[in-house]
Amino acid sequence: MRYLSRKLGFYLVALWAALTLNFLIPRMMPGDPVEIMLAKLGQKGPVTPESREAIEAMLGTDSSRPLWAQYGDYLAGLANGDLGVSLVFFPAPVSSIIAQTLPWTIGLIGLATIISFLTGVGLGTLAGWKRGSWMDNLIPVTTMFQSVPYFWLALILLFLLGSVWPVFPLNGGYDVYNVTPGWNGPFLASVVYYGTLPALTIILSSIGGWMLGMRNMMVSTLSDDYMVTAEAKGLRSRRIMMRYAARNAVLPSISGFAISLGFVVAGSIITEAVFSYPGIGSALLQAVGGNDYALMQGILLIITLSVLGANLLVDLLYSVIDPRIRARG
Amino acid sequence: MAAADTVTVNLAVPRRRPTLPPMTGKLATGLIIAGLITLFGLIGPLLVQDPAKIDDIGLTPPSADHLLGTTQTGQDVLAQLAYATRGSLIVGAVVGLLTLILSGFFGIVGAYAGGWLDEAFSLFTNVVLVIPGLPVVIVISAYVAERSLLLVALVLAITSWAGSARVLRGSTLSLRSRDYVLASRVAGERRWRILLVEILPNLIPLLASQVVFAVIFAILGEAGLSYLGLGATESFTWGTMLYYAQNGLALRLGAWWWFVPPGLMLALFGAALSLINFSIDEIINPKLRNQTRGARRGWRMSREQIRRAKESTL
Repeated sequence: MRYLSRKLGFYLVALWAALTLNFLIPRMMPGDPVEIMLAKLGQKGPVTPESREAIEAMLGTDSSRPLWAQYGDYLAGLANGDLGVSLVFFPAPVSSIIAQTLPWTIGLIGLATIISFLTGVGLGTLAGWKRGSWMDNLIPVTTMFQSVPYFWLALILLFLLGSVWPVFPLNGGYDVYNVTPGWNGPFLASVVYYGTLPALTIILSSIGGWMLGMRNMMVSTLSDDYMVTAEAKGLRSRRIMMRYAARNAVLPSISGFAISLGFVVAGSIITEAVFSYPGIGSALLQAVGGNDYALMQGILLIITLSVLGANLLVDLLYSVIDPRIRARG
Repeated sequence: MAAADTVTVNLAVPRRRPTLPPMTGKLATGLIIAGLITLFGLIGPLLVQDPAKIDDIGLTPPSADHLLGTTQTGQDVLAQLAYATRGSLIVGAVVGLLTLILSGFFGIVGAYAGGWLDEAFSLFTNVVLVIPGLPVVIVISAYVAERSLLLVALVLAITSWAGSARVLRGSTLSLRSRDYVLASRVAGERRWRILLVEILPNLIPLLASQVVFAVIFAILGEAGLSYLGLGATESFTWGTMLYYAQNGLALRLGAWWWFVPPGLMLALFGAALSLINFSIDEIINPKLRNQTRGARRGWRMSREQIRRAKESTL
């Protein structure tokens, strides 16, 4: 119970820090969002003082009020779920844009992360179990894929499988001309077809890390005394591998998996930029391109919340799968 | 008398074994590739043409005048590559150094001091750890219009040191309760001396591996940021080269000499640092070292002999 309350306390502090950072970044940075927007408007024609006030009201940065009062307004707005109004997608509120784009991101990157984790850990288990076999030598190859910059790998795969041999579509989330979004067969099939190549690039570039981590933990676990005991008892090697070695070796990978699940929303930005995927990363980039500060802050908030949520979930899960954690407090 | 002599001889033996990794094939390959690329970044810019000079020979394939061809606006790709190597390495070096300082301070000093300082540092580290780096970097870049290479490096370092600090804290916690540290405390050594002379040398391999990892992360992170058009303005890095190549439709036009070299340099440098890190990992965790295929060959036992030996022990 003490473990639980400590963890919850930490996440409350982290949440507060993230919210405050989210509030402070726009106000601390040298470029003032209001000034940037005024400068853009100024290129098109003269700017009246009223329009400055209007922009300040829209961004929620009334510069005449003290900082702590702005901070109070900001927190009150968040508590009501009010993230402001988007500029790029005017007049849509930020929350509705997030609701539109988030499912795409979670579907694509989330599934790809899960597939990559399961395959990587499975292969890593085998590589660690049969150390020095051909599978063990596969590890440097997969690490090569990891050190290749992700977008470069994605661009080249897109070029090869999209342009040279047109197996997969070049961009987008579904076939916009022939199917209607909704729970119908053609739409879902189109989503899967359009998502395969992006998912493949994510899996290729991330599987090496899972494999290497799991393999190294297997190797460490295999030299523990209880492994010798298990072998001395005459257990089947399959049982030793799965129940004795892998069960203990997988623990650090699971905590890594949690962290990467949290970064599903955050890590999607480059993938979505390469494939023009209609997810939250594309929305963030559009916000950056259009100086849409409300949308930027809103998306940053969602990303932070998802990271915090995933970490909390895993901390709670971890105390179930590894009872030693609870004892240690 | 003879006994006393042996004692003096034993004392003369150096107390610490140098923790240099054994020179394996992996390590040698990694060091050679990383060294060559660093050398290219240091000397290359002195030897090549002006990377920004625009010419009317856009998108020409490699030739004697332009060894790696030209970009869309006739700039020499080799010259750009040399300056880009320098730029990317600067980002990597700055982030590596900052990570070393920040993670060392918050990870090692906090864990060694203990008490409320450790609690506070650890909480701070964990808070920074769960704040996602890339989106924050993107948003910060969006607010600052003129970005120097150093600013990009600074922002990358601030958002990436926390993981290393957590790893270092764990090791320091385990080291500070070892018997030999307690013994030196009883012997009346000063606290800073225990930290610098007794604990720090045992953390060096871990620190090295964290710094190498931070350098890989920084160079790839900078490339990603530049690819999105949010990298350093007015300077060359591998990322900005790829960004311009992408915008110049190098891929569609089949100008491989433009987009392959920077990507290849990134991949080679990343792979070289990974290889170095594998070797450092084997110092930190000796269990990873033994019983590779090469080691087994060293025992001069055939597969048949190993099988027979295993059968006889089972």
